[in-house]
Amino acid sequence: METEIKLRVDGQEREVTVDTRTTVLDALRERLGITSPKKGCDHGQCGSCTVLLDGRRATTCLALAVAHDGAEIVTAEGLGTDGELHPVQQAFVDHDALQCGYCTPGQVCSAVGVLREAAQGWPSVVTEVGAEGDIAPARLDHEEIAERMSGNLCRCGAYVNIVPAVAAAAEAEGAGR
Amino acid sequence: MTSTSETSGSGRAVGADLERADARAKVAGQAPYAFEHPVENPCYAHAVLSSVPRGRITSVDTGAACREDGVITVLTYENAERLASTDDAELAILQEPEVAFHGQIVGAVIAETPEAARHAASLVRITYATEPHESELKPDENELYRPDSANGGADTDSMLGDLDAAMEAAAADPEAVALDETYVTAMTHCNPMEPHATIAVWQGDELTLYDSSQSVHGHRDTLAEVFGIDRGRVHMICPYVGGGFGSKGEPHAHAVLAALTARAVPGRPVKLALTRQQMFTLVGYRTPTYQRVRLAAGADGRLTGIGMDAVEQTSRIKEFAEQSANPTRTMYAAEHRRTTHRLAHLDVPVPSWMRAPGECPGMFGPEVAMDELAERLGMDPVELRIRNDAPVAPETGKPFSSRNLVACLNEGARRFGWHGRDPRPGVRRDGRWLVGTGVASSAYPVNRVPGSVAAVQYVGEGRYRVDIGAADLGTGAWTVLAQIAADRLDVPLDAVELRIGDTALPKATVAGGSSGTAMWGSAIVAAARTFRERHGNDPSPGDHAQAETPGNPHAERFAMHAFGAQFVEVRVDADTGEIRVPRLLGVFAAGRIINPRTARSQLVGGMTMGLSMALHEETVTDPRYGLLVNHDLANYHVTANADVRSIEAHWIDEDDPYVNPLGIKGIGEIGITGTAAAVVNAVRHATGVRVREVPVMLDKVLNGMS
Ligand code: FES
Ligand code: FES
Repeated sequence: METEIKLRVDGQEREVTVDTRTTVLDALRERLGITSPKKGCDHGQCGSCTVLLDGRRATTCLALAVAHDGAEIVTAEGLGTDGELHPVQQAFVDHDALQCGYCTPGQVCSAVGVLREAAQGWPSVVTEVGAEGDIAPARLDHEEIAERMSGNLCRCGAYVNIVPAVAAAAEAEGAGR
Repeated sequence: MTSTSETSGSGRAVGADLERADARAKVAGQAPYAFEHPVENPCYAHAVLSSVPRGRITSVDTGAACREDGVITVLTYENAERLASTDDAELAILQEPEVAFHGQIVGAVIAETPEAARHAASLVRITYATEPHESELKPDENELYRPDSANGGADTDSMLGDLDAAMEAAAADPEAVALDETYVTAMTHCNPMEPHATIAVWQGDELTLYDSSQSVHGHRDTLAEVFGIDRGRVHMICPYVGGGFGSKGEPHAHAVLAALTARAVPGRPVKLALTRQQMFTLVGYRTPTYQRVRLAAGADGRLTGIGMDAVEQTSRIKEFAEQSANPTRTMYAAEHRRTTHRLAHLDVPVPSWMRAPGECPGMFGPEVAMDELAERLGMDPVELRIRNDAPVAPETGKPFSSRNLVACLNEGARRFGWHGRDPRPGVRRDGRWLVGTGVASSAYPVNRVPGSVAAVQYVGEGRYRVDIGAADLGTGAWTVLAQIAADRLDVPLDAVELRIGDTALPKATVAGGSSGTAMWGSAIVAAARTFRERHGNDPSPGDHAQAETPGNPHAERFAMHAFGAQFVEVRVDADTGEIRVPRLLGVFAAGRIINPRTARSQLVGGMTMGLSMALHEETVTDPRYGLLVNHDLANYHVTANADVRSIEAHWIDEDDPYVNPLGIKGIGEIGITGTAAAVVNAVRHATGVRVREVPVMLDKVLNGMS
């Protein structure tokens, strides 16, 4: 069964006809020709397809397009402004936090999500919990970043560069705040 | 003495720490991979795989599939066209009703949308007459045979002196040690993040393919042969590869399927991507290995004998003999030597290249055995390796063009803080954690693959186009080949317009065997020289020249290898057996490094994959059904971000004038060699438990500790 939906992708209104079985990922890649989100597994196991979906990072291979009519999507391609890379992307370039680049757009979107989540005080599984059950505001040290970025597999093994890249972006953002 | 070393051009770019050329495009997701090339009005193919490990198709029912909305056609052996060449049984799909392994291609649906193709593929009903199968490697039960040669043309066996006698003598001498143990490595899969994908379109008898490939020319040649057409009529395009690690080195059956399905819709592009699950049976894997390692050594630690007998599996329909005994032929000096490869023909998918085939598994058993030997001798394992360093290639007696294993061991020990290490196992505790350190050597041969051609053309306004059909799998070819060209043309880096990844460009050899940069780079060096000889320093637009990678006059005179040493710290939870690796440090001697930034990433990437092999990676076969149980990324574990803490790669400056004009040895694979042994050795040091197989899981450690 086919149906028409609207998506706002990287700042542009798009109308697209989708099969009710179409994932957001396939709607973007195969129906709209937006290929910055990658398909690594189609099963929510690798993170390659990560975008910011209504402001939060999400694996688009696990999201059905019909369920996201009207959604706001930002892919790696739309992160930057005026032809400039987003600070997270620039940090990835500076730290050579990639090799083949296939996981990279997902890593970058995920990292932007991590910075937002940490800024909002969201804990991760490695965040210290105080005696009262109080949660210290998440400081993005190596352990926190590695944990929070572990939904994004990188078979090229760029992790040792990804963590410092995200840390540098976090620091720059903190400095700017 | 003459050498092939030349002055390295202006020397401005080679060796410089430069940003990866394609980094900006990749962080924005704008580098197009195979499935992403825009094509007009595509349709989609989805493969149907066999559900029995051995047998014969007795009936095919495509009715329900064909009735699905959007389905164009369904192909099976009954209606697929006959291929011109079926010599390669892995590629000869849809030709016969016979099934040779679980997960073999037995059909395909072509449809207007990926959703329709995929769903219809699940509706194809195939029944089989099954035959008894054997799908598990069990050296004591399988019938083993001796292959004619091993991968890469390696000798099947080698014998020098009398290893049995050396072992007996050592066993009889109370001061000496005779060690005879068997080590096991698991079946593993490359699992590049980009699944194997192909877009194929026929225009008349011309075939265009966008394919994820480590060798556009190699794959083109094979496909032309399979379809019986002139290779000039096949055009393959692949500017970016989302990782390969060997699995995209040889063409696999999906590329044939893409071209076969495209035949059914002439003029229309067909897009075929394997699912992650399908990749486990269709694009190669590393065979499990059983390695009997024998070491005989005197009280001074000097080896008198060394042996490695490797047992591996291959598919009944196609042989791949992983050369796991190969590194033993080079690593250490000893008078009495023996290496063998034996294979079992099983009803399993076809094994193939995975990062450092042979060298990677083959550096596991022997490097753990060296650790065991050091312990039994009461000798430091770094010192034991230094004492057995081979002054000449042990089997051939040839000198090494350069060999800096000892320098790597010493430099690694210094950087890691190895000296003063307490050798006693299982005695360091930090809270819950048992702490230990381990070491192993790394090695990888310098492979020469002849036949690459590069072209240089002056396009005017100071700019030069450099063309070669090379591949960048994340290795940095886009970056380093431009660096080489800039220096050899003596122009700034941004004056070079490099083009790679297209059969319309001059022929390039495979991105494999850690040979790419050396072979393609040498062709560029030759082309730049020819260009300048012909056109001087003030060329006219359109002037061009091309040249082939020259032969190496020193090839027969020297043994050529890269070496390294890896040091590991592990922490093992005393109660749960959880293993963490806070530190992994490697030092390599791998000839000239063209770009330290991309080189470091590649070496660290290899070590990360080695860590993954040590702790996580294992494809599990269910021998009852001959299927691979854990065929996805949730169940086949690879190293994730939180598994990694500090991984450092360093190198020794090595100026080897004999390997090639650029002094390059290759760094794509050496990083994965030895890592797993170093981890296992550190686990022993931490816990006292000697594990002889990888991956090391909690149970293997816990069982020994309690
Ligand atoms: S493609 Fe979505 S998580 Fe892997
Ligand atoms: S850069 Fe290749 S998978 Fe991450």
